[in-house]
Amino acid sequence: MPSPPTDPTATAATSQVLTFVIGEATYGIDIPCVQEIRGWSAVTRLPQAPADVLGVLNLRGAIVPVLDLRLKFGSANVQYSPITVIIVVSVMSAKGPRDFGMVVDGVSDVIDIAPQDVKPAPDLGASASSACIRGLIPVAGHMVILLDIDLLIGKDFSAAVADDATRAA
Amino acid sequence: MTIDLTQFHGAFFDESFEALDLMESTLLTLTVGSPDPESVNAIFRVAHSIKGGGATFGFGEIASFTHSLETLLEELRSERMAVTQPICDLLLKSVDVMRAMLGAARTKQPYDAQSVTDLQLDIERIIVQQKGDVSVAPSTATLALGSSGAAPASVEWLIGLRPDPEFFARGTDPARIFRELGRLGSLVVTAQLDALPAYQTMDPKRCYLSWSLSLRSSAPEAAIREVFEWLNADCELTLTAGTSTPAPASTYTDAIAPATAPVPVAVLPTEPAAAAVIEPAHIVAPPDAGSIRVGVEKVDELINTVGELVITHAMLSQISLGVTGPAADGLRSGMQQLERNMRQLQESVMRVRMLPISTVFSRFPRMVRDLAQRLDKQVELKITGETTELDKTVLEKIGDPLLHLVRNSIDHGIENAAARAAAGKNVIGTIHLKASHHGGSIVIEVGDDGGGLNAERIVAKARAAGLVSLTDRLSEEQVQELIFSPGFTTAEVATDVSGRGVGMDVVRSNVTELGGKIEVHSERGRGSRFVITLPLTLAIVDGLSVAVGDQTYILPMMSTIESLRLTPNQVTTIADGREVFGFRNEYLPVVRLYKYFGLIPRTRALHEGLVVVVEGAGRRVGLFVDDLLGQQQVVIKSLETHYGRVTGISAATILGDGSVALILDVADLIRSAAHREAA
Repeated sequence: MPSPPTDPTATAATSQVLTFVIGEATYGIDIPCVQEIRGWSAVTRLPQAPADVLGVLNLRGAIVPVLDLRLKFGSANVQYSPITVIIVVSVMSAKGPRDFGMVVDGVSDVIDIAPQDVKPAPDLGASASSACIRGLIPVAGHMVILLDIDLLIGKDFSAAVADDATRAA
Repeated sequence: MTIDLTQFHGAFFDESFEALDLMESTLLTLTVGSPDPESVNAIFRVAHSIKGGGATFGFGEIASFTHSLETLLEELRSERMAVTQPICDLLLKSVDVMRAMLGAARTKQPYDAQSVTDLQLDIERIIVQQKGDVSVAPSTATLALGSSGAAPASVEWLIGLRPDPEFFARGTDPARIFRELGRLGSLVVTAQLDALPAYQTMDPKRCYLSWSLSLRSSAPEAAIREVFEWLNADCELTLTAGTSTPAPASTYTDAIAPATAPVPVAVLPTEPAAAAVIEPAHIVAPPDAGSIRVGVEKVDELINTVGELVITHAMLSQISLGVTGPAADGLRSGMQQLERNMRQLQESVMRVRMLPISTVFSRFPRMVRDLAQRLDKQVELKITGETTELDKTVLEKIGDPLLHLVRNSIDHGIENAAARAAAGKNVIGTIHLKASHHGGSIVIEVGDDGGGLNAERIVAKARAAGLVSLTDRLSEEQVQELIFSPGFTTAEVATDVSGRGVGMDVVRSNVTELGGKIEVHSERGRGSRFVITLPLTLAIVDGLSVAVGDQTYILPMMSTIESLRLTPNQVTTIADGREVFGFRNEYLPVVRLYKYFGLIPRTRALHEGLVVVVEGAGRRVGLFVDDLLGQQQVVIKSLETHYGRVTGISAATILGDGSVALILDVADLIRSAAHREAA
């Protein structure tokens, strides 16, 4: 439930975040960009895609790419079973709304967070995965790593596209 | 009561441009000296309706110019003036000028007003010369209400009509009176609105209007007064003969227009001359013989939905195959019936987006005429198959490539008269534009009987550009293929028409973007032929599904030649590990698709799988796949909406089982596979 901020310099009311689990860690993304959560289904491979882009899926008639966040964040051993979850998100791009799916181990709760409680991510060196971390927030005793969805997709898909653009025309 | 007229501007512009196209094509086929009266009439109507619309929407300069044009055309159609070649040229120039003015009005850009004034003066001068009539006043907005043409003895009558307030209650209709008047001559009606009270206090049953009319007629005064016979004595009627007072060419006149005007003219004949009042319901232009204007988005939505229907049907079909039990037969026959209905629905919907290619072809006669004149060559353009229909988007994009091909033909293909005579050819060169349906594709041909492609010059230029080495021996097809290389040109001097070398490769890439291909056939001294093959629609493709490993890919049938099973001794490995096989008198390379896509195949032995011969980018290769799964029509789904472009893949589709299959871009595949081999 959003409560009005008591501090006049606070930037916004609380926002809602969907938390999910990858390996041992808990991550969170803003609720407004979440389209749906679905179970695993077979994905069609895409040639020349980065390793963590598994392929594309038929999402009610649209062709939507699927990214395995577990691979992206360095999990060595990934299984695809009926209980594997895909979170479908939508981001706004210059070309309009773009949807994509993220494979995670499991989905947890929706929590409210206050922007002022978000701590900046420690500088762990510029690794591919750390670039899309917006910040950290302590929730009920453990750390939730907040992700910036736009940075996630911006790098992966535009990298794939740029790759093609540089091939001999 | 003002209604925002700008919402109707779009329709006015669209229809005016269409009308101008008609005018131009009619002018080009007009026989000077004995013109077909219906043609001249048609041209007159174009000028008339643009004038009406121009006046209604406040485009004063357009109304004024077209008024002069209309005056000239009136002389022509009543045969008081003869149609001569200079007049034809003048009229053609008018088309250009009107297009410029309409375009400028539409985009709110400036235009060359001087050219308009000059041309208008030319027109008026011609009218004066031929008629010897001094009284042409360009600013008079005269209406021809079915007039029989004013006889030289006509008089300008000034009529004032001020009915009493109970005028309407007696059932008198002023419009009927004016129509009667109109039969006596040409009439201009101006309403006086000064007695109109405020809307809240107005009584709709009372008449607050009065009119001043100007009638140019040769009828006797008695005939004119007779029209007003039924007026009650309480009405004021004044009738004076005299010189005309030019009615201002404002939006308040030109109210009554013939019902056949295709331009959304404001007022129906039953409404009085207070023309500012326009009822939106009447603005919808009367359809011509049963057609409707539909926004492209609506059609696309329809096509998308039908596409989804096709996919859903495929899914249900597949499920129904596995159903057993008493209902199974009924279900399956129901599905078959559904499939027939679906196919029909799909074809009908596709056709909604199709337009005849004549809309593109119609640009050419004028262009050929002008260009041939400019280059001092004699060229005849023959067009066949202009009723062949194409998808609207394809139509829009094929125009420029065709334009380029025709220009090339005139510029480089057709020789000048002297050279042709020396070669024993007819001095007039011929260019033919042909369109036809072949199987599931459209074939468009641009051919000429000029000099054909000069192979030596092509090879020489290619060598100079480093595209070909001195020692390469090229077949005739390969030489002709060279013209599609970027930046290639054999023109000695780049003209502003062509020869800058940005042409043929762009033509080809435009064509392949539309899912088509272009081939050239040429014979030295006899001529050249460019054949463009295009799919009927952009939304659906006829595909061959193949299995590579655990993945299914779709090959467009348009690019597929044949599929074969090779025996081990048919394949030879040459130099750097590349494999080739013999196919119809040539050796084609093998592209192992599983390697290209990084998949694990069912088999790596060429003779245990299948090789599909495909062509693209001017070359042929054999694609090695595990199996052929079948042939089917697939709905094209964009990969780029949510992802991006992938080399070798043009789009995706959804199969009957709901999974995604990628559609291969054969030309792309061939190019990048070759590139990879070379690397």
